[in-house]
Amino acid sequence: MDSDFAQRRRRDLIVAACLAVIAALVPLFVKDVYVQNIMVLTLMYAALSQSWNILSGYCGQISLGHALYFGLGAYTTAILFTKFGVLPWFGMLGGGLISALIAMALGYPCFRLRGHYFVIATIVIAEIALLLIQNWDWAGAALGIDIPVRGDSWLKFQFTRSKLPYFYFALGLACVAWFVTWWLEDSKWGFWWRAVKDNPDAAESLGVVVFNSKMGAAAVSAFLTAVGGGFYAQFVSYIDPESVMGFQFSLLMALPAVVGGIGTLWGPMLGAVILIPLTELTRSFIGGSGRGVDLIVYGSLIVLISLARPQGLIGLFSPKRKEAVR
Amino acid sequence: MGLLYGLIAVGLALIFGLMDVVNFAHGEFLMIAMYATFFLFAFFAIDPLLAAPLVAAALFVFGAVVYLLIVRFAVRAKANAGMVQIFSTFGLAIVMRGLAQFFFTPDYRSVTHSWLGGKTISLGGIFLPEPQLVGAAVSIAAFGGLYFFINRTDFGRALEATREDAGAVALVGIDKNRVFALGWGLGAALVGLAGAIMSIFFYIYPDVGASFALIAYVTVALGGFGSVFGAFAGGIIVGLVEATTAMILPPSLKSVGIYAVYLLVVFVRPRGLFGSI
Repeated sequence: MDSDFAQRRRRDLIVAACLAVIAALVPLFVKDVYVQNIMVLTLMYAALSQSWNILSGYCGQISLGHALYFGLGAYTTAILFTKFGVLPWFGMLGGGLISALIAMALGYPCFRLRGHYFVIATIVIAEIALLLIQNWDWAGAALGIDIPVRGDSWLKFQFTRSKLPYFYFALGLACVAWFVTWWLEDSKWGFWWRAVKDNPDAAESLGVVVFNSKMGAAAVSAFLTAVGGGFYAQFVSYIDPESVMGFQFSLLMALPAVVGGIGTLWGPMLGAVILIPLTELTRSFIGGSGRGVDLIVYGSLIVLISLARPQGLIGLFSPKRKEAVR
Repeated sequence: MGLLYGLIAVGLALIFGLMDVVNFAHGEFLMIAMYATFFLFAFFAIDPLLAAPLVAAALFVFGAVVYLLIVRFAVRAKANAGMVQIFSTFGLAIVMRGLAQFFFTPDYRSVTHSWLGGKTISLGGIFLPEPQLVGAAVSIAAFGGLYFFINRTDFGRALEATREDAGAVALVGIDKNRVFALGWGLGAALVGLAGAIMSIFFYIYPDVGASFALIAYVTVALGGFGSVFGAFAGGIIVGLVEATTAMILPPSLKSVGIYAVYLLVVFVRPRGLFGSI
């Protein structure tokens, strides 16, 4: 990595700052609540997919069980708020820390597994957690938790009159996720991850502490995902096990990165900006009949994009960048 | 039940062993097979047992077509091959579920009045439901047939050879794509067989596949990827574990036992019980 790399990183940072400012100005012109809702979801998925990308994209440990961390974040926040009156801010942080610890505890046995065995283990662990919480009466069992409204304030992180505060928080979260990725990309860990992804055996022999670097990736990834989960709980003010911890959600989280470009800085952002509005619009315009047309359209797109551009859509923008990243 | 899990899983294992691809639409293959059996029964009054070979044949064609239209391109991907396979077959699964909802509506359907439905047989005081018994018998027969097929026929040998070295078989005039397409067809046919039998004692609805797909992946991985015998053994283990868990824990938690056993096995033996890779 030479001056080209440093130059690219500077440019990425400037572009990101500009985009963030533009995004922050958008709600001044777009007053439609429905559109604002889609924008919040887009930013949230961008942040989630970016977090997933750290473990699965950069480090190459494909996890299809990230709904576990999302659900943990959502449930920690919701339970602390409804049962103990703890402010969601602490709930999100607490959920993040719990998730990071659990990710490391699970990583201890799981990171010995390779390929499909690892992927299936991540799915299975998330599924066990889902079944347990569905049967846990104190946590609302299968019915979930209703988060009561206790007034509009940043302190309590509840806003009933406007979606804007949610929008700015989601924007902030997406920026943090992006910045963490940007920062890690050039750190010792970033280089280790790419080495581990390409060839774990060679990396090991060159002195990369493979196991520790996987643990680091898992912890960062789980923390950010759980904060996203806590945010989601406050945003929709109702959570149930299937919707925050189901297998579908793990896939939904991974999809933007896959569509945009796995293991790239901009892939998850691009994927979310394309995919989430598309999902929401197809759902509301042609899915209303309940007859699955939206599923057909959505599924076909996933098949087509993944077959036509295996490296993700990001490659369309600048072929040279792809080389630089890989 | 365990033997049926094995039968569902063996198709997945065959496809995986052949070309390292996990078919994430496997559950939806099962769903299609169950619907096919249902409609053969509803419109032509063909009993699921008679329909099974027809459904298997139809699924064979379907599997081969899926390979030629989608999977063939997915395995060719140079970047992120693993993710492309996962998401192209997963996308297919979403489409199939959507199509099922569109054409068949999300209603629950069931095959009523089959020859075996609801009948039980008494074996020394233990009452066994006949559909399950026949299911087990068909599964064993299918395993035997598959074993014979892979080890004793020319096509089976071609399948093995292609798996070993796809480049070399091209030199002796075997078309890799044809062999893989046939392999996919065969895998799908086995699921078709399983689906036809299962339609006797399960409700049929667009998402039915999802509930069996994860168990099928676990079954295959438990036995070890690339081992057809492993899928068979995995199926039996999964069936036994499920029955045992159902006795100890509430029914809604019965899958937890299966998942826990999978984790235990792979933590001790990261290649599954009989896996070679």
